[in-house]
Amino acid sequence: MNITVKLFASFRAGRFDVETGDYPDGTTVADVADLLNLPQSELGIMMVNNRHVKLDYQLVDGDTLALFPLLGGG
Amino acid sequence: MDTLPIFVRDHADGQLFPWKYQVEASKRFGLTLAQIEEVALERGILPARYQRNRTIISVSDQLTLFRSSVAVIGCGGLGGYVVEELARLGVGKIVVIDPDVFEEHNLNRQLFSSPENLDTAKVEAAARRIGEINPAVTLVPVQTAFSPENGAELLAGCQLAVDALDSIQVRLELAEVCTTLNIPLVHGAIAGWFGHVTTQFPGDDSVQAIYRSWTSGKGVEQSLGNPSFTPAVVASLEVAEVCKLLLGRGTPLRGRQAIIDLLSMEMHVINILEGHKETE
Repeated sequence: MNITVKLFASFRAGRFDVETGDYPDGTTVADVADLLNLPQSELGIMMVNNRHVKLDYQLVDGDTLALFPLLGGG
Repeated sequence: MDTLPIFVRDHADGQLFPWKYQVEASKRFGLTLAQIEEVALERGILPARYQRNRTIISVSDQLTLFRSSVAVIGCGGLGGYVVEELARLGVGKIVVIDPDVFEEHNLNRQLFSSPENLDTAKVEAAARRIGEINPAVTLVPVQTAFSPENGAELLAGCQLAVDALDSIQVRLELAEVCTTLNIPLVHGAIAGWFGHVTTQFPGDDSVQAIYRSWTSGKGVEQSLGNPSFTPAVVASLEVAEVCKLLLGRGTPLRGRQAIIDLLSMEMHVINILEGHKETE
């Protein structure tokens, strides 16, 4: 199935801004993060088609996943 | 015998009241600079220092700002710029809360830090700075750590709070205290080239929504650090929100999060409340 992944802020470094790829059925948000080597402790907002999701959300064909890092500095 | 209102009227240059007469009135009538400022504003006379505010902030708006109390929690990278901008804007009372002293690693970005200020309490340096740039503003320095236990007492009397913290845990606690006190919270956070801002209204759980996947520890600022410019940008966005809230103007970031990427020069605004509630 085709999933479009959009990365933001520091997640873009050494990866990409936006990329559409072929993923196996049943792929979750956590699987995509693992494939991209994004540590779970750094994950902030995660959205699929502009709706907030959690790590265990199962993606379906045509979904757009957006991942933002966790920012906490002041 | 001159009265203060007559003095203000006679020494106004048009509708502007020059600083030197504000100081002279303070001495002559034995009142604080703040008290003189209020008398002038009440009579439609603008202290001349605010004249470049005038097109977007009327004299009565300026009086509203003067009578406002804002709490700033954290006086580091974000907090320094927030306090400076609130004071220059003319917000009458600023309560600034931070337990720390300046250390050498603060010097790259924290506005009130300097080699002379190392080991000085951040809130004390803030009070000194505000005394220099706008002594008509009352700055209340509180050298203590914000917590759920002391939060309600620290924020008492403030119309709104500004998040300039560097801890996600304490941010979530601050957001809860603001909910309990029924006051808005302007939230900002930074890391490296990046930052975000939102405004949580009473009854919303915006900050909780932003950090819904957080479990413990710091964000990516731990590895990225913070340069000089990111806190200035995000603090300025926070102060713009404060100004709008105090004056009831414009469209605040309610239920929306502005995400700033200075490396790509992009700003994304996403909805944080609707989706948050739907998927709970």
